[in-house]
Amino acid sequence: MKTEEWINTEEYRELNFARKALVINPTKACQPLGAFFCASGFENTLPYEHGSQGCTAYFRNNLSRHYREPFPAVSDSMTEDAAVFGGRANMIEGLKNAYSLYKPALIAMCTSCMSEVIGDDLKAFISNAKDEGAIPKDFPVAPAHTPSFVGSHLTGYDLMLQGIITTLGEEHFDASKKTDKVNLIPGFDAHVENIRELRRYLEMMGVDVTVLADNSETFDSPLTGEYHPYLGKTTLAETADCVNAAATVSMQAYATPKTLADFKGKYEQQVAAFNYPLGVGGFDAFLTRVSELTGKPIPAEITSERGKAVDAATDAHPYFHGKRFALFGDPDLMLGLTAFLLEMGGEPVHIVSTNGTKKWKKEMEALLSSSPYGASATVYPGHDLWHMRSLLMTDPVDMIIGNSHGKYAARDAGIPHVRIGFPIVDRVNLHRYATLGYRGAVNLITWIANAFIEEKDRTSDDAHFELLR
Amino acid sequence: MKNTIEERKATVASLLKVYPEKTAKKRARHIIVKETPSCESGDEACKSSCPIKSNVKSIPGVMTARGCAYAGSKGVVWGPVRDCVHLSHGPVGCGYYSWSTRRNLAQGKPGVDNFVPFQFTSDFQERDIVYGGAQKLEQIGREIRQLFPEAKGITIQSECPIGLIGDDIEASARTMTEELKVPVIPVRCEGFRGVSQSLGHHIANDTVRDYVLGKGELAESTPYDVAVIGDYNIGGDAWASVKILEEMGLRVIALWSGDGEIETMKVTHKSKLNLIHCYRSMNYIARHMEEAYGIPWMEYNFFGPTKIEASIRAIAARFDDSIRKKGEAVIEKYRASMDSVIEKYRPRLEGKKVMLYVGGLRPRHIIGAYEDLGMEVIGTGYEFGHADDYQRTMNHVKDGTVIYDDVTQYEMDELVKYLKPDLVGSGIKEKYVFQKMGIPFRQMHSWDYSGPYHGYDGFPIFARDMDMAVNSPTWKLVKAPWEKA
Repeated sequence: MKTEEWINTEEYRELNFARKALVINPTKACQPLGAFFCASGFENTLPYEHGSQGCTAYFRNNLSRHYREPFPAVSDSMTEDAAVFGGRANMIEGLKNAYSLYKPALIAMCTSCMSEVIGDDLKAFISNAKDEGAIPKDFPVAPAHTPSFVGSHLTGYDLMLQGIITTLGEEHFDASKKTDKVNLIPGFDAHVENIRELRRYLEMMGVDVTVLADNSETFDSPLTGEYHPYLGKTTLAETADCVNAAATVSMQAYATPKTLADFKGKYEQQVAAFNYPLGVGGFDAFLTRVSELTGKPIPAEITSERGKAVDAATDAHPYFHGKRFALFGDPDLMLGLTAFLLEMGGEPVHIVSTNGTKKWKKEMEALLSSSPYGASATVYPGHDLWHMRSLLMTDPVDMIIGNSHGKYAARDAGIPHVRIGFPIVDRVNLHRYATLGYRGAVNLITWIANAFIEEKDRTSDDAHFELLR
Repeated sequence: MKNTIEERKATVASLLKVYPEKTAKKRARHIIVKETPSCESGDEACKSSCPIKSNVKSIPGVMTARGCAYAGSKGVVWGPVRDCVHLSHGPVGCGYYSWSTRRNLAQGKPGVDNFVPFQFTSDFQERDIVYGGAQKLEQIGREIRQLFPEAKGITIQSECPIGLIGDDIEASARTMTEELKVPVIPVRCEGFRGVSQSLGHHIANDTVRDYVLGKGELAESTPYDVAVIGDYNIGGDAWASVKILEEMGLRVIALWSGDGEIETMKVTHKSKLNLIHCYRSMNYIARHMEEAYGIPWMEYNFFGPTKIEASIRAIAARFDDSIRKKGEAVIEKYRASMDSVIEKYRPRLEGKKVMLYVGGLRPRHIIGAYEDLGMEVIGTGYEFGHADDYQRTMNHVKDGTVIYDDVTQYEMDELVKYLKPDLVGSGIKEKYVFQKMGIPFRQMHSWDYSGPYHGYDGFPIFARDMDMAVNSPTWKLVKAPWEKA
């Protein structure tokens, strides 16, 4: 048998799933990408990597490719001599240059493999830099340890967020000065329009919200003829005060465990964690919880918007019902998409997440077993897109949903591919559309239903090529 | 002109004032304004005093655009070789970020005999850092062999931790080569080595020399056998270049490394002439073949009809009359269509000013293509050039051109604001900065997802793309009507 045919067989699938060491086309990136992403949501904040310069070049170009926006960030360019002597001199010089050149109000400092393997002492070096006058004594530098060999971009997001909140907020914590505010953590969300949507809903409810952190302008800024390097919208003052909020809500539980633990334990807040609550039911649960936490009712205008999403779902349900889906990406995205598809009558079949854990698998399985439409699904934590290809070729589905990297498997399987997640580097402007909220639900419903319809038009013979679909 | 040069020099000096003193002093040696007399090729005295500093460490914290040795090896030299599995050895990130982002087009079926659009990683975890990754690496080799039986080799692209934890990948590679019966090539391209991508190119070249070159036999030799070295087939560039060479009557026996195959790389020592497009990344192997096998090499430039014609003639001059005649026939064949491209686009682009900041060969090689369209390059620079690149550049640029090495984002922003180009050509990290400023931009690493730009096939696309960038009607929308003065 030709190799070309063999790689589509059951036999190959078994060999492929017997892999123990090799990872092929994973659905995860590494920690500092998430750290940089997180940092970019804070006011006048410069993301800074203590380590080799190539990493920063990669984070910047990957973020810019997805969002088609600038992404300023620096590294302290450690080279072989730093491998021998440590990166202290690089950090002191790097902080001095970055501070005088780019005039940030906060430096969000993460590490790379290199500085972690040689064991650089981040906090001591920052303190040395201040002692030597490289940066003012009172200038905030928020540290996060983010080597690529631990966790994924989600862990890096969590650690950077925790580092910034600790640096700016810890000393402001005062249990007697609780505010009515709610902290909202979007997580590593490829679709930054969601942040604006979430703000809009919470404003309609009259909830005073601090978004940690709001990079919606960073990744979707107007073209005016002027370039502004710092577009993070979360002010450092409100970040300092976030420790005294009444409650904190995370939209991505798997991107925020450490930060949420601090809010719950250290800062004595009520916390709620969601798994990227897509679809009508997901968002209902989110709003209901926010209402419980704040005592604010959900206004009629939101109910009306909800009704429109339900109308859109009802109009489009024939295009979903009984369709089989393959899904891949971050753990929260998988939970959110699965819940959404189940609510539409779609059937998730293959669900792959390289950074998914055993705990995540259990959570997925509980969700799937809550609906008859979840019966044909299998959940694959720690697997990759080459596993996914075998699944698609041996147990076909009607559509794959995930980031741009799914396009090769989709092509081989001959199925439509709807792009949700990070990175999307082969379609324009999708990050400008919300996926969360009732309007986000309408977007998702529309993209998926129309992709099926376009596929039908593209593959119909003349006799079956109809005006009405 | 004297005034322009002096004014530009003064502006460069003043924009460095914002740096701390030590940094300003260092950076001042990396930005110059071209003035004659300058280095002419062959002028040894001038060469040794090349006025611009290059190929030294980037300054911490200034926002360099440079990458690392891994990017130079896996991303540039080895990654496009399609019949090998290139393992990003270490943690997951490096391979993830460099996954299919350089647009090295390749023939073959992905997963069968083409492994370019893949991210193969050993996905190191903390335990691998602590205990070492040798066993894991050998297991990975077996899995690659089993799942991809048509792969003709495996390269181990080392990421930072490999060198830092002291894994002996050379020993592993020897064991694996023996067990797996395919070449397993260890590449010491850890990202902390050297000062930029450049050392990664060199290290990768050295591994080609040690593990590939001379290991194969060419079935049949002809006097017209050449190898194309340093064309990465971005958007199909190499195919456009090969087409010209074949029409000239030459036979391309190996492509390095866009759409390349280890099987043909092995026989490159049978080439009669090595044709170097990207000098920076592949001159090492050309020099080696000259020394070891006596194969001459020459640089050529297939950007824009003027340079293409000159290159065809220069290449043909190395062969007999039949090739020279065919070379002239090729020039004749395409001249009318090139003239019509120029006729169409030159009036729309005449006099437009361009600033470039790229890598490899482009900061100098592509100037001729702009000039064919009536455009003027007023600033250019290299991410990771060496003195010999800058020497070669001086002959391509006019007096007053600002030349910058490893330019920082701040410097580039300020230079653009001052020189007010009509078009900036640089990379993805720079693109959106300048577009936000309202300045037309083209990515000149990836051809902005277009291409090819090489050869006769490329020039019409290049011309169209530059016109599209400069003259897009969307630029008229930037100011709201109620804001216009």
